[in-house]
Amino acid sequence: MSAPGAEGANASASASGASVKKHTISLYVHNKPGVLNRTALVFGRRGFNIDSIVASPAHDPSFTHMNIVATGDQRTLEQILKQLNKLVDVVHAVEHTGAGAIERELAMIKLRCPADTRTEVMEVAHTFKCRILDLTENTITVQVTGTSEKLDAFHKLVNKYGVLEMVRTGKVLIARGEEIT
Amino acid sequence: MSERERTGAQVIVDAIEQQGVQYVFGIPGGVAIPIYDALVGRPIKLVLTRHEQGATHMADGFARASGKPGVVIVTSGPGATNTITGLFTAHMDSVPMIVITGQATTDNLGMDAFQEADVYGISMPVVKHSFLVRSIAELPRVLREAFYLSQTGRPGPVLIDVPKDVSTGRIRTDLNEPLQLPGYTVPGPGDPQRIALAAELLQRARRPVLLVGHGVVVSGAQEAVRSLAEKLHLPVVNTLLGKGGFPETHELSLGMVGMHGTAYANKAVSECDLIMSIGSRWDDRITGRIPDFCPGAVKIHVDIDPAEIDKVFPMDCSIVGDARLVVEALAAQVQPGDTESWLTRVARWKRRYPLRYHRGGGLKAQAVIQALYELTAGKAIVVTDVGQHQMWTAQFYRISERFQWISSGGAGTMGFGFPAAIGAQFARPDRQVVAVVGDGGFQMTMYELATAAVHKLPVKVIVMNNRYLGMVRQWQNMFYSNRLSGVDLVGSPDFVRLAQSFGVRAFRIRRTADIRRVLSRALEYNEGPCLIDAVVEKEDNVFPMIPAGASLGEMLLEPPRRASRAEPSGEPAAVPVGTPGGVG
Repeated sequence: MSAPGAEGANASASASGASVKKHTISLYVHNKPGVLNRTALVFGRRGFNIDSIVASPAHDPSFTHMNIVATGDQRTLEQILKQLNKLVDVVHAVEHTGAGAIERELAMIKLRCPADTRTEVMEVAHTFKCRILDLTENTITVQVTGTSEKLDAFHKLVNKYGVLEMVRTGKVLIARGEEIT
Repeated sequence: MSERERTGAQVIVDAIEQQGVQYVFGIPGGVAIPIYDALVGRPIKLVLTRHEQGATHMADGFARASGKPGVVIVTSGPGATNTITGLFTAHMDSVPMIVITGQATTDNLGMDAFQEADVYGISMPVVKHSFLVRSIAELPRVLREAFYLSQTGRPGPVLIDVPKDVSTGRIRTDLNEPLQLPGYTVPGPGDPQRIALAAELLQRARRPVLLVGHGVVVSGAQEAVRSLAEKLHLPVVNTLLGKGGFPETHELSLGMVGMHGTAYANKAVSECDLIMSIGSRWDDRITGRIPDFCPGAVKIHVDIDPAEIDKVFPMDCSIVGDARLVVEALAAQVQPGDTESWLTRVARWKRRYPLRYHRGGGLKAQAVIQALYELTAGKAIVVTDVGQHQMWTAQFYRISERFQWISSGGAGTMGFGFPAAIGAQFARPDRQVVAVVGDGGFQMTMYELATAAVHKLPVKVIVMNNRYLGMVRQWQNMFYSNRLSGVDLVGSPDFVRLAQSFGVRAFRIRRTADIRRVLSRALEYNEGPCLIDAVVEKEDNVFPMIPAGASLGEMLLEPPRRASRAEPSGEPAAVPVGTPGGVG
């Protein structure tokens, strides 16, 4: 309570290894109320910003897969993973990097698209293997799927036509081969 | 138990009874009435407290004195939110506790109904786990899981929020519902290869030190630690909550390490070439400035919680497992080490920098504690509050037994000590329980004098009354040019008359010469609780001290000479220990 606090004694500990980057974390959790809150609290308490979070029922409906993309430094991430694994309802929490997992994301992007740019936009969409979901006199809505990087690239490319809205699912992933996600 | 129909409230009481719990602590309220009703005529004894915070600290003290979970039953809303400080305190110190909170009916959840609070959400960061029981079908399983979770692995508090329609609902159950905890594992004996590595590292070390934490006390590893230390012949330091993990009266013990630890413990840790922590989490009050903590020393960490491994700094060898099992395996493997020259150096520090205090002036808290230690032959169960008196008690009351020391470490909760002592006395009716508290912290929970008086508990509470929030005053004195802000406790009651108004026997010590006479009389009084108002010197400071954020080598053995009261700078004058010409 009014006992003096711990100023700065630990400050240097987190400063080492402070390369801030995006991390992809997958969790396999017991499908219980509150598990999402507890997970989010672990990230929040250590100052990690959650960029995206996807939670959906697993093959066994009493469990849930969660995929979280969050930004922060590597050392803190290791601590976060341990604290996630410590949660009673978390079966496992692991970080996935690159080749070990298949990653997908889906985005729906609505563009301003009058008749004069329509062909051009559709050509770009075609190159990215997009599906056209909706077409009106002045707009076009396309669905793009693939890695998050591909979605970013497409978003950047069509930005000049005037993006009205973009909705992304957030990244989902599954481990390759015999590995469990 | 046979399968029969029971109400939710009966299921709760039956489950508590099944766990062998003798006492529950709490205060009823609207939606808790069904549970309180189910307590009528049952063998479980209900301890009605005066505040829910008091109930949680009592349950906490009960648990720390017995190793069994303390149980609290309160009502919804404010009754439940009043338990948060107690939950946090237990959580920080890994204390098994079950808090059952009444809740509005399930159809009223989220409706801002009377006394409806999202206790499940509010409590989340301060519990090991929590449950909101939405259907009576879950209740028997949840209760089993709660008791299991609170006591296994790294123990901690578990909250169960029970809506009124669940406690009044009916169910057929034999209470033996299987646990559903697929995400929960309890570490066991530890990896044998890592234990072998630790044994090798210990064997090779020339200047090894054991750091004994609360985990030793929790797991009951004290005998194993003792045999390991005696076999390796190495010095042992303990944390504040590690008191009881290794006898501080043992020749290899250097007592408490860290911010207000003994100079020789801190010196040994600074100079060691290997430090092995058993059940401590390298708290900032132990390590001081991280980069300066034992640089170059081999670090070994034994902990049951994988999340504590490499949390503060990377380890050379870490073992996740139960402290008792790991240390038993380790003790069986190591050979007697040659540490003679190291122990000789340590013994020199022990002679050169003993714990001491200036005996002149008014009544000294340290003198009261020393007398308490002698008059109780070091055998009392000692419970402290938080602040200067806590550090002095840790320094001057040497603890030799498991469960003999109870103090709020991680949370540093003022107001903890007195109710925790009540809980400890319930748990250990055969033992002398003494609470040492400050006048600041005592006033946060002193209304529990009523609870102690009603139950005629022979608990003793010594109020180290310096009319200040002493530890904060000490920091303001040392690091803020003595600009005192918010520490003067004017308006405090006359504690003797206050106690008497509760029907509690009270004594007062004003002079050093009175200590033994008054304290002996108080210790002999066992008809009920008693209070000893020790009117101690107003402005004494705790030494040794490592300023927050400084390294162990920058320990101050006495007030810095340069930090005069008029000086504007807040920087302390640090005196390296053992430097020629340094304080000592």
